[in-house]
Amino acid sequence: MKIEIITPDRNIYSGEVRSVRVPGRKGSFQVLKDHAPIISTLDAGPVIIADDQGAEIRFEITGGVIEVKRNRIILLADSVTQG
Amino acid sequence: MANLKAIRVRLSSVKSTRQITSAMKMVAAAKLRRAQDAIVQLRPYADKLNEIQKGLSAALRDTEIENIYAERKKGNGRVLLIVITSNKGLCGAFNANVIRETRRIMSEKYREHSRRGDLAVITIGKKAYDTLRKLKCNIVADHSDLYSGLTFDRVSSLADRLMQLYITGEYDTIEMVYNQFRNAAVQKLTDEVFLPVSMAAPESRAVVTADYIYEPDQVAIVSELIPKTLRTKLYRALLDSFAAEHGARMTAMHQATDNATELIRDLTLQYNKARQASITNQLLEVVSGAEALNG
Repeated sequence: MKIEIITPDRNIYSGEVRSVRVPGRKGSFQVLKDHAPIISTLDAGPVIIADDQGAEIRFEITGGVIEVKRNRIILLADSVTQG
Repeated sequence: MANLKAIRVRLSSVKSTRQITSAMKMVAAAKLRRAQDAIVQLRPYADKLNEIQKGLSAALRDTEIENIYAERKKGNGRVLLIVITSNKGLCGAFNANVIRETRRIMSEKYREHSRRGDLAVITIGKKAYDTLRKLKCNIVADHSDLYSGLTFDRVSSLADRLMQLYITGEYDTIEMVYNQFRNAAVQKLTDEVFLPVSMAAPESRAVVTADYIYEPDQVAIVSELIPKTLRTKLYRALLDSFAAEHGARMTAMHQATDNATELIRDLTLQYNKARQASITNQLLEVVSGAEALNG
């Protein structure tokens, strides 16, 4: 599945991933392949991606919103404090 | 016939002016490219955010949402104008257009408000501040310093303050007047409502597929997204104005360079004519002097 992490200033990350863990408003959750469509607001916290090689990539976001639909993830982050 | 020295002096001054204007044109072109990049960067974020929000708002139309940003039936009717210009001049009619539009709004659209003193102005850009202050407008704040490092964070904090002003009931309408960026040569003067947010549901209600899971729930998401879209809206307006400014300056300086080139051509022609005339004169004097001696 594909992910795009976008802030108002730039595109932080885009590419193929195996899984994504995000800090949802009702608790952290993980998105795997064929996840049901979801729109959720996000709290400040870590976004942890496992890319298609299985390597872990970590971002700290200050909040945002995520949309998952048909194996396409779009994460709109307010800002990313560390990449 | 103007004398040679005067023409020479004038010629050299026009030449150095042309050098300056053509350098400014190149600087503006470089800055324009960077400003345009920033707009392009923002676009995917803004578009997606709008899409999610519009979709959700449409789905929620029937259910009553608690929306503190919506239009108020009863209010004090006070209006806040955000006037966005540049800090620097030499960009053609760029700033003059914004100020003319602002004055038009004050004297037509909000005539009653400005008479009652229910109209306030926030300026972004020294040009707006200087001019409107001279016109004795009610300027409550000036944020010209935003241009030194135009980042989303700094614009956001201004947007948050504006939202606060709206929520607390200080103002009932907040509008922005600025130049929208079309292309390097074209700016579109825009008067846009910042607040209240219209919950106008788009015709395409089918956009929203009901099978989304919403976390925490639709209402909460919408009310969290509205401030985000507002911040984006202000940021976009500023980026637009910034890019438009450099576009306008580039065009103005291009024109100035062309005019200087034209002037130099004319002056050179004049100079050569004057030079030839003086040589002819001198020759005549020598020849007629020699003839007088020969008798």
